[in-house]
Amino acid sequence: MRKNQVAVVGAAETTELGIIPNVSQLQLHADAALNAIADAGLKLSDIDGFATAVETPQQVCHYLGIKPTWVDGTSVGGCSFMLHVRHAAAAIEAGLCKTVLITHAESGKSMIGKAPRSIPADSLQGQFEAPYGVYGPPSMFPIPVLRFMKTYGITHEELASVAVVQREWAARNPRAMMKDPITVADVLNSRMIAYPFRLLQCCLVTDGGGALILTSADRAKDFPRKPVYIMGTGESVETPMVSQMETFNSSSAFKTAGPLAFREAGIAHGDVDHLMIYDAFAHLPLFGLGDLGFMPHEETGQFIADGNTRPGGKLPLNTNGGGLSYMHSGMYGMYALQESVRPMRGIAPAQVPNAKISVCHGVGSMFAASGTIVFTNER
Amino acid sequence: MAEPQRARPKPTPETQHFWDGTKAGELRLQRCDACAHVYFPPRPFCPSCASRKVSVFKASGKGLLYSYVINHRPAAPGFTPPYAIAVVELAEGPRMMSNIIDCPQTPEALELDMKLEVAFEALDDKITLPVFRPTKG
Ligand SMILES: [Zn+2]
Repeated sequence: MRKNQVAVVGAAETTELGIIPNVSQLQLHADAALNAIADAGLKLSDIDGFATAVETPQQVCHYLGIKPTWVDGTSVGGCSFMLHVRHAAAAIEAGLCKTVLITHAESGKSMIGKAPRSIPADSLQGQFEAPYGVYGPPSMFPIPVLRFMKTYGITHEELASVAVVQREWAARNPRAMMKDPITVADVLNSRMIAYPFRLLQCCLVTDGGGALILTSADRAKDFPRKPVYIMGTGESVETPMVSQMETFNSSSAFKTAGPLAFREAGIAHGDVDHLMIYDAFAHLPLFGLGDLGFMPHEETGQFIADGNTRPGGKLPLNTNGGGLSYMHSGMYGMYALQESVRPMRGIAPAQVPNAKISVCHGVGSMFAASGTIVFTNER
Repeated sequence: MAEPQRARPKPTPETQHFWDGTKAGELRLQRCDACAHVYFPPRPFCPSCASRKVSVFKASGKGLLYSYVINHRPAAPGFTPPYAIAVVELAEGPRMMSNIIDCPQTPEALELDMKLEVAFEALDDKITLPVFRPTKG
């Protein structure tokens, strides 16, 4: 894909975030979509491309009343929306459509109009993982972390500092769910969920959604908001079975998607002003910093503990507070994308001064999938 | 009311040999006849070179504790927390998820790289699960 040929011209989250028991999952999609369309100054009838995950495109398109000529229902977990951005950019460049709407919404806490997740007994996960007592992401996603820590000498205190630093960002964000300051000791004394992870190292479970609108960079200048260009993209998958990852010292999908996006954007790590790494759990920023090539894995824990990613640090990371403190409806990728767009537009609650390049890295279905988008506000 | 039961695997034609093996007290893996790659979970071709010429063999049942979590909550049906969900690296190379028996479910007792050996736990007359215990001595 050629860089800076497609831009985000609309970006918005649902009117409310948090616990929204009076709104169905499908309506949350619509609420996010209508907010993004208003943000872009468009009408629903302007949308000719559509992508979403979990809910089918036909379901959401029918509900909204739109008739796209390009659809994408890629559903690879929480990073599906990074893949949608990548696919939409390619589709716009190829002339398959002009204006793409991407929606995410999830009634993750209230479970209104949301189908339960289940593992079929005759699937490989059903046969070779489920019988051992895995029960949702908290018992699966952290499985690699003890090996990762042993290999690289990462300490429990360093891992806890991920949550502490992100809470500092959340404190500056009026929309964040959890804003009270916490210490490493608070994290290490919080309720045990799945050793070594305690409550404050696990993401929130909330309701909400978000939507993006993309169009060609040539058209983007006519929109009311400052365009945010797609500079580079990457995607990959590894395995749906956490036990079958190639190694627990790294994510194969991260290592493919991340560097691909950097190469396409033609940037070096020092060019990155703002970074989002999907943090369903506290280990993911460490995996991400290493696998994206910012530093060797063994330095990642100390890097965060030393304050390099906190407000005023040299690499602002997860500046909305992340999945640990901002919100996490179950598929966090859309919120990470929203928080990459905000500082590029200059409207983030905790604005990073003069930021020109934001990297947004996602993960899906534990370590099964990954997508990376490099954004810039300069064409 | 019956106690909630642990999730039961439902074999498919491609995995039946594995479950026949555990029932017979054997941990069966597959090896590629073309490139000698040993792999898991079962499939009728080599995921390394795509050859369809593969053989089933009885593994040693020996392995190392590669990583784990100790789940405190929420517990899966049939489990009482805290319990460890472990990944074992088998002597033949592949890794598999399992539980560790005959061992306290604590970080102190569950030492990474500790030696393990397979044991078999019958869930019913159809399914026997491979689990692992610390190797004595
Ligand atoms: Zn082979």
